[in-house]
Formats: sequence, structure tokens, C-alpha cells
Amino acid sequence: MNGPGRHPRATSAAEPRETAAEPYYQPLADEVALFGAAHAARVPVLLKGPTGCGKTRFVEYMAWRLARPLVTVACHDDLTASDLVGRYLVVNQETVWVDGPLARAVRAGALCYLDEIVEARKDTTVVIHPLADARRILPMEKRGEQLAAPDEFMLILSYNPGYQSVLKEMKASTRQRFVAIEFGYPSPELEARIVAHEGGVDDATAERLVRLGGMTRNLKGNGLDEGASTRLLVHAAKLIALGVAPRVACEGAITQALSDDADMLAAVGELARAVF
Amino acid sequence: MTGPYDSRELEERLDELLFPVLSSRRTAAGIAAGLAPLARAQQDLVLHWVKVAVHGAGELAYQIAAQAPHAFARFGPAEVERWILGALDVYDREGLYAASAALKDLGAFGRGVQAARSGVALAEVERMLTGFLRGLAGRALALAPDEHAWTDTETVYLPARLERYASRAQNRELYCASAAFHWGQARYGSFDTELGEASGWLPLLEAIRIEARLRRDLPGLGERLARLRDPWPARLDAARARLERPGATVRDSLALRDGLRGTPVPPAPPWCGKLDGERARAVRAARIARERTLLARELAGLREQRGLAPDAPVRLEAHRERDEFRVELAGEALAAPPALARLLASIVQDHGAIAPEWLVAAGEGALAAQAHDGARVDESGAHAEGGSLYDEWDHRRGAYRRDWCVLFESDVPQGDAAYVGAVRTRRAGAIAQLKRRFEALRDEDRLLKREPEGEDIDFDALVEAWADARGGREPSARLFTRRRRAERDIAVMIMVDMSGSTKGWVNDCEREALVMLCEALEALGDRYAIYGFSGWSRKRCESYRVKRFDEDYGEAVRARIAGIAPRDYTRMGVAVRHLAKRLAGVEARTRVLFTLSDGKPDDFHDGYRGAYGIEDTRQALIEARQAGIHPFCVTIDRAAPEYLSRLYGPARWTLVDDAGRLPLRVAEIYRRITC
Repeated sequence: MNGPGRHPRATSAAEPRETAAEPYYQPLADEVALFGAAHAARVPVLLKGPTGCGKTRFVEYMAWRLARPLVTVACHDDLTASDLVGRYLVVNQETVWVDGPLARAVRAGALCYLDEIVEARKDTTVVIHPLADARRILPMEKRGEQLAAPDEFMLILSYNPGYQSVLKEMKASTRQRFVAIEFGYPSPELEARIVAHEGGVDDATAERLVRLGGMTRNLKGNGLDEGASTRLLVHAAKLIALGVAPRVACEGAITQALSDDADMLAAVGELARAVF
Repeated sequence: MTGPYDSRELEERLDELLFPVLSSRRTAAGIAAGLAPLARAQQDLVLHWVKVAVHGAGELAYQIAAQAPHAFARFGPAEVERWILGALDVYDREGLYAASAALKDLGAFGRGVQAARSGVALAEVERMLTGFLRGLAGRALALAPDEHAWTDTETVYLPARLERYASRAQNRELYCASAAFHWGQARYGSFDTELGEASGWLPLLEAIRIEARLRRDLPGLGERLARLRDPWPARLDAARARLERPGATVRDSLALRDGLRGTPVPPAPPWCGKLDGERARAVRAARIARERTLLARELAGLREQRGLAPDAPVRLEAHRERDEFRVELAGEALAAPPALARLLASIVQDHGAIAPEWLVAAGEGALAAQAHDGARVDESGAHAEGGSLYDEWDHRRGAYRRDWCVLFESDVPQGDAAYVGAVRTRRAGAIAQLKRRFEALRDEDRLLKREPEGEDIDFDALVEAWADARGGREPSARLFTRRRRAERDIAVMIMVDMSGSTKGWVNDCEREALVMLCEALEALGDRYAIYGFSGWSRKRCESYRVKRFDEDYGEAVRARIAGIAPRDYTRMGVAVRHLAKRLAGVEARTRVLFTLSDGKPDDFHDGYRGAYGIEDTRQALIEARQAGIHPFCVTIDRAAPEYLSRLYGPARWTLVDDAGRLPLRVAEIYRRITC
């Protein structure tokens, strides 16, 4: 357990940081130009797409390209507005204000990436909305202060429209403040290049993994909630590159990650055995 | 352990049990003599099953007793029980004649026992294979049992049971191989041309060609096919050289067949079934026509979305070998929407490419034809009679009766549209009170104080702790406040008894209670559905829709509440199963099955009355709980304590002993169980 005064949650990976080396990123379409233009126009961006298709990597890449620090917050269902903005802590018998990740990002003129925003509590919209429209301000209610965002600051949300839960719909009032960029899985050729590069396997193995990925995506909505993402394929590739037998690697990195349903596990297992 | 019964004692017992089927010319003496040499445990087992079977299957009970000594001579008690249960199942489905034949055919049962240890039934692997095939094909391929394996390109037919190998794993593997191979026939173009006479050499030649294709595309699968068959005979080497070339097609097989005609055909691999070119081509032609219209519609939609003229030029590039598509509309490349991508994937599986004439805009006629087609497909998916089949639990057998009940779902006919309004006026005070109380519950955020961690400082606790620290006492570490979201995420299925016994003012009270509950639920924001149920024998169980989950509490729903009227009996188990299935389809953290009832499960038909009905309902409720549903029952039956605890558990029901108070109580009870 966290003791008093130590503030848990949402603060990991929240320090604005410059992205040093160029992150590996293969553009899918015009997303790089679109994102760049949105940044120049000081308009926030909403990234839509299934998990593991490269949204986070894209943001890292854009931060590097635009030479801005990046603050990433993985949203969860207990994430509140004060987790983002900041709070008073007790230090040496005094109450001390500590900025939250969003406030730090605004001050630093960073890119602030709120991953899976629909997971967060609804009161977060109170701080997101004024930052995401023409005002570009962060209200800090507890300090009675409003932080104006510099031109370089940019807010990015991500959102997976594939969730079936009615609780995880994004409200129109939120989504209409953003330029939306849709992410899908890359084309097989491109995905094979990505898997080969990221996973360190030869092209033939990468192609087989991509083929398996495509077959599991055929099962989306028919037993699986999602097909294997590019990320899962890369995981499997990494295991294979380290000498794990392909079927074993697929079983661990792909099959078991997709489902707990015995029949679906068996079906995906058979698909993996068909490919390797 | 007491010793076995002698034949006199047995005869006495059998006389008592079997009296409906005995007569002066047919006594129990013979079967008693047959059973006398058995051990006591065996005798008890037989007597037990005779007692079970005599309800509704009297003659069969006699035959069970008569055949039991033969069965015990070959099988252990568990298998004998399975033998009896099997016969009872046959009796339910096909009647006495077939059932007694099944009882007597101990040889077949014995082979079944042997095969059961190593054989695999299609039903066991069906779900896995369906997923496997969908993954391979990218489109739905149905599975169905048939004597031989074959495919019409939309359904893969496989034997209902495979017992070829001595181990289950191998038989399972054969199922996978056979399913994948028959998908391969469609995938690699076995039906691209007229096949003519498709027995003899052709299936074998195609097996060689398709295995080679699979080995290239899906090496693991190809190897498995090779492992499961005998090596190809050497005299096929020349044919193989031609068929295993990357570009080989079904035409190569046809050409080779003509050369080989008249020579003996070697045995086909175990995974290779029949080829039925004619049926496959018919099914394929229908699908192609359907997909062509669908494609026209998708393209029309794309054009409209982009504000283009209906004849704006389209370029589609798709390749059978690579699951990749390029869509170009009026010179602009765009990503294919998922529906279009799936459609293209399916089309290129049949054609290898998209023919240019497919890309012209289609008129309204084509769309109408498609809509019609879709409707027909849906119909054929459901049962011919429009009902759904459900199992029922027979406590005497300790087993389900498969597909025993037929349930029909329909809307409650709309009643007096003014009824709900009248109730609301009459109960205005109570409703206003309900609403206030229930609105307060909605999405209530509770502020928890003195927490070890939280979003904010609990200044009261802090001051206290500071004071403690100054005063030399140990300060508390719980200095934070935390907001806990008490968000309600509840879906409730309200199940209303519409049996004949609710006739009169009980029905009025039920309807009024429903109105109050609806008002409360509207204030609370919980999702809810209302279904009535009733039944008249297992062949006509009814579920009446009053309100679906996705329907608003509007005019139509109100009129249907007014239209709730007493019907037949209370065949409850099947209703619980059906409504639990509906409820399970709703996404919610908490699912409640809330029953309004006036008595115990009851149906005059098929012996549902009494213990049978109670045990079946209990079993249905257990199934619901296993599916994560919380059942709760409100009843006005004063005799309820006798059976409701057995059905729902001790804390899962409430008796409102005065039906007149039901409307005032029901909403309150609901609040209590969901907060």
C-alpha cells in the first residue's frame, strides 16, 4: 500500500521527457501530415483504433518529429480530474501543491497523450474541454488559477471504438473538439515489415505471423473480442527470435492473450499450428 | 449391506411399480426371476430406473427390467445407467418402438461404449472447428453432420463422429484436417469449373493438388495432412509432378483424370471426402449473385458518402493470393471500410479477382433483391416453426431432456392505452415519493473520509492528527478523502407470471406493480426489460414481450402493460432459461432476473406439476446463477415458503402476503436488493 503523502496512480511515465532517438514508425496513410498540421493549428487530436495497432508509437514518433516533450497518461477508471491537474500534499507540516501530469505538460508546452480516455472518470471532461477548444486553458480549481497553454502544447486522446460496453462510449461534446485520425491494422506487407523489424525475425517468419494475425482478426466478434494486434505479433516474433519454437511462442504470445474460452483457445491454437 | 431380494420379493415390488402395464396374462414373475441372481446394488438400480421410467414410459419400464440382466452381464453400473438414459432419450424423440430396439441392441451399445472412450463427436469440436474455419476462411463456414465429408462452399459437412483412431487426440486431429481440407477445396478452386463425374480419380487428384497448395500457404497444416495419410503410391509420381506445381489448377486434375480413367483408384486419404461439384457450384452461384449486389450497395454507399455521382469511376484491386485490397474512387485511394474489406475477401476467394463489370452502379432493384435475400437467410437460420428449443431437467433421471420444450416469443397485444395514465394519476403521491427516493440513488458519488490514500486531504483528519502529534500521541495515517463512484450498472429482466391463476384482481395488482416499478426504474436509470410467461405443455411455451431492453417506456410499452392478461399454466423452467439468455446478452456489471409470481411452477401436461416442475425451475435458476445472473422472486403465494427457498435460496425471495400491497412494495423491494 502507498502511505500517506505518496501519491499513487497516473503519475508513472508522466514526467515530460524529450524523445531522444527516432522511434521506429511506419506511416499507414497521411496521419503524419495530418497530425503535424493539427499541431501547427493548435487543434487537439483524437486517435481511434483497436489496441496494439501503433497509436502510442505514433504519438512517440510525432513527439520526436515535432521535437516536443511527451507526457503519457494511461487512463483507468479511478482517474480523476485532480489526478491530472494536481493536488495539495502535506510535506514537513505544510501543504504543498504538486502539479499533475496534465499541468506539467501544459507548463512545458509538451504533447500530452491521454491513452484510453473513456476509461477515466467523467469529471476529467471538466479539465479536458477547456483545453481542447479555442480557450486552451487548464482550470486549476483548487488553486483558483487558470493555466494558459502555450502554442506548442497539444492534447491527444486515444479511444478504441471497438469496445462493446455502453459505458465506454465517448460523448459527442468531447469528440467534436478533436481532429480524429483513424488507425487500423497495417496492410499485410507493411505489417510484416513492422513485425520483422520490431521482433527481429526474418521476413518469412514475419509473414507467417501476419498471416496468423489476419486469421485471428477474422474471429473478431465471433468468439474473440479482438483479433491479434500488431503488438502481439511483435511479442511472438521476439520470442521466436530468442529461439522459442514458433508454435510455443504463438501459444504464449498470441493464443493465450486473446481468450480464456477453451474452444476459442483451441481454434486459435489450430490456426497457429496451420501456419507453423 | 443387506442381501439381494429373492424373486418373490422382486415380483411384489415390480407388481407395485409396473401395475399399469401388467395384466393377468403378463405378470412380473418372469422378469423377477431374471433379476433375482443379481447383486442387491444392481437390483436397486434396476428398481430405481423402473420407478423413474414408469412415469410416462410404462412399457419401456417393463422392458428395462426385462433386459437389465443382459446389460449387467456385460457392463458396469455407470454404463447400464447410460444405456437406460439413452433409451429414455430415444423414447422421447422417436417413441416406444425405436426405444425398445435401442434397449435390445446391446451389441451396438457395447461398440458405442468402446468408441466413446476414443471417438470424438462433431458436437464436441464444433465450436472449435467453427472458429478454426472462420479464421482460415475469413467468412462464416457452417458445419453440419453428414455421412461423408464434403462441402458446398458454404457448409462443411463432416461425419457426426470419428472413431478411426484409437486415441481421442488423433480423431480430433482428423476432424481439423478434414475441415481444413474441405475449406481448401473451395479456397483453391476445386469448383471453378464443371467437374462432370466427380467420384473415382478426381477427389484423389484434387487432394494431391490441394495438399501441396496448403503446404505452401499453411505449412503446419500441409504437414499434418501428409502425416495423416499413407504415402502416395509411386505410380502417381508423374501426376504429382504436375499437380504440385504452384500454378496447378483443377483443370490439371481433370486432364489427368481423363488419362487415368479405367485404372484402379488408390484409397483416398482419411481427411478427403466426396466432391459434389454440382451442389457446390449452385451454392457458389447464389453467393456470388448475393455478394455482387452487396458490393454494388457498398460502393454506392461510398460514393454517396463522398458526395460523388453514382457512376463515379471505381478501381478495386484485390488478389486471392494476398489478402490486400486497394480501393480507388474517382482517382482517390481510400481505406476499405471493414464491411467492404470482408466482402472483397469473400469475393476474391471465389473469383481470384474482382471483375470490372462488378463495379458499375446498381439500381434500386438490386438493393431490394438483396434485402429480400437477407431476410430469407435469417429465416432459415431459425427453427422452422419459429420457436426456440430448450432442455428441461428431469430430476428423476438426473439428466436433461434435450430440446424438450419449444418456446415462442411474441408481443403482448396492446391493451387500453389510457390504463397506465389512470394508475399514475391514482398513485400520483406514491410515485412522486418513489421518484425522489430513487433519483437520489442515481450515480451517487460517495465521499469516503479518513482513507489511507485518496484524491484530497481530509482536513478534519489532518487537524486531528496534527493535534495528536503535538500532544505526543501517535497520529493516524488515514488523512485522505476519496470519492467512490457508486455508478449503477444494472440490467434487470422483469419476468411476469401470466398464468391462468393470476386471473382477476391479482392480475390488476401485478399490472399496477409493474407501472410503479417502471416509474422507479426510469428515475433510477437502470436498464430493464419486461417479459411475461406462460405455457401449455412442452410444445407450446410462451414468452410475451412487454418491453425489450432497447425499447423506451413509451406509448406502446404502456399499452402492452395494460394488455397483460392471464393465459395458461406456469411452465417456469423454460421461461427462466429463455429470459436468462436474453438477459445474458445485455452488457451490465450486475444482471438481475426479477420475477413477479403468484404460485409455484405448474403445468398440467407432461407431468410438470409438483416436484418435477420445482426441480426443473430450480435447475434453470442454478444455470442462470452460473451465467452471472442474480435471480430474485417476489411472490404473493402464502405457501411460497415451502418451495421458494429451494428454488431461489433463503434470501432471494420475498412474500408480499397481501396482493393489494404489491404495487407499493415492489419498487421498494427492488431498491433494497440492488443497493
